[in-house]
Amino acid sequence: MNVIIILLIASISVAAIFLGAFLWGVKHHQFDDNYAPPQRILFDDTNIIDIHHPENLN
Amino acid sequence: MSTATDKPKTALRCTHCGDPCPTNTITLEDKPFCCEGCRMVWQLLDHNGLCQYYDLNAHPGQSLRHPVRKDKFAFLDDEKIAAGLIRFQSENETHVGFYLPAIHCSSCLYLLENLRRLDPAIQSSRIDFGAKEIAIVFDPKRISLRQVAELLTSLGYEPYISLHDLGNPGPGVDRRLIYRLGVAGFCFGNIMLLCFPEYLGLNAADATLQQAFRYLSLLLSLPVFFYCAQPFYSSAWKGLSNKYLNIDAPIVLAILVTFARSAWDVLSGSGSGYFDSMSGIVFFMLAGRVLQDRTYRQLSFDRDYTSYFPVAVTVLQSQSEPVIRSLPDIRCGDTLRIHNGELIPADGILTRGRAFIDYSFVTGESIPVTRSVGELVYAGGRQTGGAIELLVVKEVAQSYLTQLWNRQSTPEAPAPSFVNALSRNFTLIVFLIAAAAATYWQIHNPANTWKAVTAVLIVACPCALLLSSTFTNGNLLRILGRNGLYLRNAGVLEDIARATHIVFDKTGTLTDTNTPVLAYSGAPLTNRQEQAIALLTAQSAHPLSKALAGKFCPPTASLTLHDFWEYPGKGIEGYVDGNHYTIGSAAFVEAQTAEHDLPGSRVFVACNHKVLGSFTISSHYREGLRTMLSRLDPRLHLSVLSGDSAREADRLRNLLGIDIPMLFTQSPLDKCRYISCLQKQGGNIMMIGDGLNDAGALKQSDTGIAVSADSNNFTPASDAILKAESLQKLPAFIRLCRAGRRIIVASFALSIIYNAVGLWFAVHAALSPLLAAILMPASTLSILLITYGSSNFLAKRAMRMPVEQDQPAD
Repeated sequence: MNVIIILLIASISVAAIFLGAFLWGVKHHQFDDNYAPPQRILFDDTNIIDIHHPENLN
Repeated sequence: MSTATDKPKTALRCTHCGDPCPTNTITLEDKPFCCEGCRMVWQLLDHNGLCQYYDLNAHPGQSLRHPVRKDKFAFLDDEKIAAGLIRFQSENETHVGFYLPAIHCSSCLYLLENLRRLDPAIQSSRIDFGAKEIAIVFDPKRISLRQVAELLTSLGYEPYISLHDLGNPGPGVDRRLIYRLGVAGFCFGNIMLLCFPEYLGLNAADATLQQAFRYLSLLLSLPVFFYCAQPFYSSAWKGLSNKYLNIDAPIVLAILVTFARSAWDVLSGSGSGYFDSMSGIVFFMLAGRVLQDRTYRQLSFDRDYTSYFPVAVTVLQSQSEPVIRSLPDIRCGDTLRIHNGELIPADGILTRGRAFIDYSFVTGESIPVTRSVGELVYAGGRQTGGAIELLVVKEVAQSYLTQLWNRQSTPEAPAPSFVNALSRNFTLIVFLIAAAAATYWQIHNPANTWKAVTAVLIVACPCALLLSSTFTNGNLLRILGRNGLYLRNAGVLEDIARATHIVFDKTGTLTDTNTPVLAYSGAPLTNRQEQAIALLTAQSAHPLSKALAGKFCPPTASLTLHDFWEYPGKGIEGYVDGNHYTIGSAAFVEAQTAEHDLPGSRVFVACNHKVLGSFTISSHYREGLRTMLSRLDPRLHLSVLSGDSAREADRLRNLLGIDIPMLFTQSPLDKCRYISCLQKQGGNIMMIGDGLNDAGALKQSDTGIAVSADSNNFTPASDAILKAESLQKLPAFIRLCRAGRRIIVASFALSIIYNAVGLWFAVHAALSPLLAAILMPASTLSILLITYGSSNFLAKRAMRMPVEQDQPAD
């Protein structure tokens, strides 16, 4: 078997993985809200010591 | 001109909500607050270490000056109602979603996602910012649904729960088009890669490789053909089964022919086929469709009365305690108690209390009406003042208001887009060329017939037309949205371009109901008197009181209010610093009044039983109205409909022009009739209105545009939603919609040049896959550039028109 065919299959598989990742992202609402996630990451978590739920801290 | 918005900038601003502080007595740690409610929220957040809320944005909070009635959310204790709102329930957790119209910034996001730190019984909360929704998971053993709603309310984020929420939880977002686009992009890219070797001269020595590439392309084109292109098949089929040839039909034909010819080429070993062109076309057409169908998630174009009505209402029983009952269970003969600020859900007879009902939303009449015991009260009004009791005479579904909503205008098929007509002519010509090529080759070389005919159909697919229309429309929708006009779909663009007659509503559309103009006449008021009036009127929720309070806000002198009484429908009285003030109607203040005055438009003020003067209240017309009208295409007919009385007819004529037909005291039904009357005369009507009173007219008109003062407002069902401050851009919007049509035709004309080149080769039976692969992206790319470039250019030119201010009309 020609090595090009193997490479071809490999490259299409890699592309298919990315396609799968994209479809998964769309399905899990990752593209729905483009305001909240970039804000959320900026919130200061220093005082998030949760006095009520210490078990949530892990 | 002085309006409520003229506030000095130096005044103290509430730390929580940013409103001016009426007194500087409410403080905490040197931070000023406008009211106790705001201070309590700050205290609560400070106590829980959530003060980052105030660091993220300045004054992020909602004013809590008007507390929400204590048992407003009592209906959530009712299991049947709660069950309609809860999404998932188990022993340990309950999932519920609320719509919070107040969400507006990152502070809101921060606070609401940290709810569990305020109440440990809440396990998690997640915001969907676009939809302004919060999804809360809580422990039902430790906190009730009602307490969750009350916690949100106490923070200033009152959930909006309407009758609509009890029904089905709206259809989910349709993501199938995105999936299809992703798959088509994947297949298109890989097929193109596989085609390159052949185009670049793979020699016959590598026959195995060539075969492998071709079969792989065939394999990759299967999902495109069977899955991605499905929306076109279904649309074409829908058109055909209605005996109507839409633009998708010739496109489907082209896709079918391309696929069949290519598959035959590959399987018979005679060529590599046109798989790359086919998947490319499908990919770009899907991209155009995604762009065009982008929806505004936070806006709803299909509201019916259920979105306005409350979920539940208090029902009085003769023997026992009042109960909360869900609205659909209300029957004739029930007695309802309506609290201040609540909507009257059913037609009924007033049995107790003095109704003072704000019907502005239903009728457009801006001044509340008084009803006394025994009179019939129609649904849809909002009670202001004390609680009233009402004997239901008509069930909710049969009330006057609901009838108005449900009144269906004759369902008519949407006017076919000119794109479809264009595509039909185009298809006809293509068929003629194909037939001519077929006859020619039949005579000269029958072997070439099949090749030539398929090639003609492949190359002459009207996809260029579809692409130019979807990309132009998509871009125009985006531009309009950025400028404050949100369209329901791309079809509305053409409706706007076609309109011949614009009908305006007055109240709320041409006027701004939130900032009435107050003109004072009488003895000059001292500063202390003005402050006293502000203090007194601030106690009342009546719209006129609010306007007066706003005029003299923020207070500068510290005064004390001793006693205060409100007489609904008459006025208010009270003692400020020992002086007795009465503010209200002429009869109430015992003032002499001129006969020509219409009731409700003047407020008299008396101090210690001596009449000081009166305030005349008139509507405040939106800025730039006259400029807007002068910029409109002079061929457009205009008219004004108003539910209000004719008291401002002269002023309106002065402002808008004498030749514009104006009709006053129009009932919602009258408005609807007026529109259909104009339609019978052959007009294409654009109705611009707001509120429930225009709902029928908006539906009846060819293009219904609802004006909304802020995005939290609820707009009736319409084709488009226009932000109130963008009303003056209307001429630019119309011009842009008309230009869109020209852009589509121009870019289509250009693509015909490509088609002509392709057709030349096709009829000679010499269309190679390489040529098709060059022509297709070249025409697509140039169409994209032209549509984007020209629509952006035209939009910039239309929107940049200088905004001149009108001469003050008052």
